[in-house]
Amino acid sequence: MEFIIAFGLIILAFFTGRYAENSHYKSIRAREQKLNAVPAVSARSFPIEAPVEHSELVYGSVVVSVDYFKRVLMAFRQIFGGEIKSYAPLLDRGRREALLRMKEAAPDADIFVNCRLETSSIANSNRQNSLSCVEIIAYGTAIRYKK
Amino acid sequence: MILTNLEQVPGKTIVEHYGLVQGSTIRAKHVGRDIMAGFKNIVGGELKGYTELLSESRDEAIRRMMEQATAAGANAVVNVRFSTASITQGAAEILAYGTAVKVQ
Repeated sequence: MEFIIAFGLIILAFFTGRYAENSHYKSIRAREQKLNAVPAVSARSFPIEAPVEHSELVYGSVVVSVDYFKRVLMAFRQIFGGEIKSYAPLLDRGRREALLRMKEAAPDADIFVNCRLETSSIANSNRQNSLSCVEIIAYGTAIRYKK
Repeated sequence: MILTNLEQVPGKTIVEHYGLVQGSTIRAKHVGRDIMAGFKNIVGGELKGYTELLSESRDEAIRRMMEQATAAGANAVVNVRFSTASITQGAAEILAYGTAVKVQ
């Protein structure tokens, strides 16, 4: 009985996880297209030297989790070792989402300088396997030039 | 209060330094959110409850840092950094720190 439930969950997770990932990527791509005109740079210096009108600290954060199907894949991967390909999209999605949220926090900015990305794993209280949810934060200084 | 993670405030000059200021908060997740998150852990995707919780905590940490800076007589905090550490299972500390300065 337990086996059937676990198997059912894996099947369910496979479809829901895939659906969540695809719809998230779709929304990320659509929003990135809109915000690509505003650059986010990791340099401290300004690419454009011009009088600054306003500057403020902005951040965006997101907590994402990996689905059950991928966790099962991960368990198998831990036997043989090697790259865990199924986890890469999770972190990629999180990072892009966090950057988008940072940009959305200052819609009238001309540039974001000194952008930093930070990842921390948030331990799950009722499971041993702790890398199942990850918080990603993106922060930087939004600059608006004098026009 | 101006916050920035650059070393100086763009368009302004620093006239005085007051040293390091920091603000931190330790938050625990509550049961309702944990149950939802447990469910989300099966299907995958964003855990909105946790995202909200952590961004509320971050705002609180920033607010405490700003309070400390105001008490020192500063009007800006430069070189702000964030850090998150999970201390025990189910609780996270969020820390914001920076250098308090006076700008003109």
